[in-house]
Amino acid sequence: MKRVAVIVFPGSNCDAETLAAARAAGSDAFFVWHRDTDLRQADVVILPGGFSYGDYLRSGAIARFSPAMRAVAEHARAGGAVLGICNGFQILCEAGLLPGGLMRNARQRFLSRPVWVRVEQTDTPFTCLYEPGEVLEIPVAHGDGRYVAEPGVAAELEATGRVVWRYVRDNPNGSTNHIAGVMSAGRNVVGIMPHPERRAAPALEGGGQDGARVFLSMEARHATQDVADVRAVDDRHLRV
Amino acid sequence: MPRAALLDPQGQAVEHALHALGFAEVGHVRMGKHLVLEVTAPSRDEALARARAMCDRLLANPVIEDYDLAVDGEVPGGTAR
Repeated sequence: MKRVAVIVFPGSNCDAETLAAARAAGSDAFFVWHRDTDLRQADVVILPGGFSYGDYLRSGAIARFSPAMRAVAEHARAGGAVLGICNGFQILCEAGLLPGGLMRNARQRFLSRPVWVRVEQTDTPFTCLYEPGEVLEIPVAHGDGRYVAEPGVAAELEATGRVVWRYVRDNPNGSTNHIAGVMSAGRNVVGIMPHPERRAAPALEGGGQDGARVFLSMEARHATQDVADVRAVDDRHLRV
Repeated sequence: MPRAALLDPQGQAVEHALHALGFAEVGHVRMGKHLVLEVTAPSRDEALARARAMCDRLLANPVIEDYDLAVDGEVPGGTAR
């Protein structure tokens, strides 16, 4: 059982579903208020969806300076798993923990509907239980979901296999290369615009459970990683 | 301002509305934000330097936005406003 911190910002509104999805996957999940700087030994950190600080200035621009984000950055630098969903993805981009940025949807409208994404990479803490190329139906709910990156950055993401999910059938928001989610160079920080937590339980939205394995992957991945990550130093065992 | 190379759907929507109103001569409409800051500083240059630091740290995201700074009015005695 992994410890999963769900950071709650003023304006987060997917925090409860995200916590429920993590618990349903077997994790010991708990909330961390954005003013706290202690992640309480979390193995995984999730930044949930919502509209932190009312999206003032830019989506995620103010939340990224919340005290908890310093601890999240340290956790990420140490190789810890971090997932940003929707507004969480925007915050990770603003914080520089993921490349690129998220701008107003190409067709201006706020989008709240199911989309289809293809799983492009399965070597992440959040996709290891998917098959490469699997197509998932997951809803989006965003106004600023158009992923953009410098041409050089986008080319590097493609060349290094760091596009994790890609929109298929249509490109709902005009994202560069149909990108719906990316990961960091260290492959431990992951962002996604659609909401897997809204497709993680049979009772939710009467829909499928295509998002559930995002949370189940956290448990599966760490089960094997722990063994590799524990090293004996002198007569003590350290997690590194 | 959204960077010039990036699609600016808000600017496009405003441009279409202007064309619909008969302002056919307008093109390349881009839409950004205008922030007004009152900065207390010993000199104009220092006020600009501080404002630039604020832009780089928080007010603009260089991945998606460009910014420009202008000093609006100057209070006699060297304090830029």
